[in-house]
Amino acid sequence: MSEGCEKNPAGGSGPGASCCEGAGPGEVSVTTAGVDPRTTAKYFGSGVLALGIWWLVYQGLFPFAKWFTFSLLTLTPGSHLTSAVQFFVFEAPKILMLLTLVVFAVGVVRSFFTPERARRILAGKRESAGNILAALLGVVTPFCSCSAVPLFIGFVTSGVPLGVTFSFLVSAPMVNEIALVLLYGLFGWKIAAVYAGTGLGIAMISGWVIGRLGMESHVEEWVYAAPAGGDEEGEVLNVSWRDRVHFGLDSVRDIIGKVWPYVLAGIAVGAGIHGYVPENFMAGIMGSGAWWSVPLAVVIGIPMYSNAASIIPVVQALLGKGAALGTVLAFMMSVIGLSLPEMIILRKVLKVRLIVTFAGVVGMGILIVGYLFNVLL
Amino acid sequence: MEIAILGTGCPKCRQTAEVVRQAVEQAGVDATIHKVEDIKEIMKFKVMTTPAVAFDGQVRISGKVPTVDEVKALLAHDGKA
Repeated sequence: MSEGCEKNPAGGSGPGASCCEGAGPGEVSVTTAGVDPRTTAKYFGSGVLALGIWWLVYQGLFPFAKWFTFSLLTLTPGSHLTSAVQFFVFEAPKILMLLTLVVFAVGVVRSFFTPERARRILAGKRESAGNILAALLGVVTPFCSCSAVPLFIGFVTSGVPLGVTFSFLVSAPMVNEIALVLLYGLFGWKIAAVYAGTGLGIAMISGWVIGRLGMESHVEEWVYAAPAGGDEEGEVLNVSWRDRVHFGLDSVRDIIGKVWPYVLAGIAVGAGIHGYVPENFMAGIMGSGAWWSVPLAVVIGIPMYSNAASIIPVVQALLGKGAALGTVLAFMMSVIGLSLPEMIILRKVLKVRLIVTFAGVVGMGILIVGYLFNVLL
Repeated sequence: MEIAILGTGCPKCRQTAEVVRQAVEQAGVDATIHKVEDIKEIMKFKVMTTPAVAFDGQVRISGKVPTVDEVKALLAHDGKA
């Protein structure tokens, strides 16, 4: 057991335990028999009903948090404790409900994509167009950092350029659907769009830069000798809607089941800051005035490995207390986009210089985004 | 039958091994299960996602932890063929 864990540091304790968080349904090569239209209609009907109930409950959360705080616990308005309790009782179910909906939807979307399919699309693509396409495919293709190595080998051995492969590897974890919708839910569509747009931009450009640097010789020699992996296309095209719904439900069970303790812990931290830390406390250390705050945020964030869900409440608390948007965004991107466990896994196929270049180029991109937003906003 | 569990040792790969062990037991199939953890060996199976399960060298599941029932269905399917 223990030697297995060593090979993948992500398998240890802490948030890293959710190693395959965000991974899709995977593929089982059993053809599913056709489902009759009535079953499909039934699934569709229950889906609409579930969505209606979800919406009603969601609408009721704010009144409930107020009732819980003031009527049930009879806390006095205005105190720190009251503010912290109300924040937690409102945010915790809200974030979990949003997560459930999004993870389900993304699970269904991902049932249309497989890494094999992404590779077939990308093989032989020219660099610039390939980088753009790879970054976009990285978002919708089910991918888990456990599979980074076989995926990397599968891509480069079948003619996907090295830089294009990196665009995929950068965007897959960085542009995270969970982070995207949580940002939308908590800060509005503008910040969510900024995050998605700059994340994709970093993936495209850093992949392109790595391609330009011509570092193919810094890939371990045996990789190019390996047989091209995953020649099966998978049966994604024949999957019925019933199966897609099950994929969605499976990913909800899988992901929510794993991340909820971190989400709650994150919101509790947020509630603590909300109630107790004075307004603008963070402005001094993480405000846009301090030039060194962005590089510091990136340097601290790169080795850290956390899932997007648990970092968001911290982001919210930091922003709420006067930390600059660019700095916080840079911190968040470097935490979820790059991690020490991932680099250790990639060491099996990449030489140290390429790993350092990879982290350096992506880190530089995040740094630029951070400064850009601190200047613009 | 010879069953290979492909994975570099992440928690999902261990779960997969456990699921396959249970399925084999319940189905009463005569099979040996072994884990393949070396990435070079894994690549010989031509997979791009792990965990993966191969029966007699043929990859049947990849990129997810299967359920016991899924593995049993695959075992029954391959047994007949």
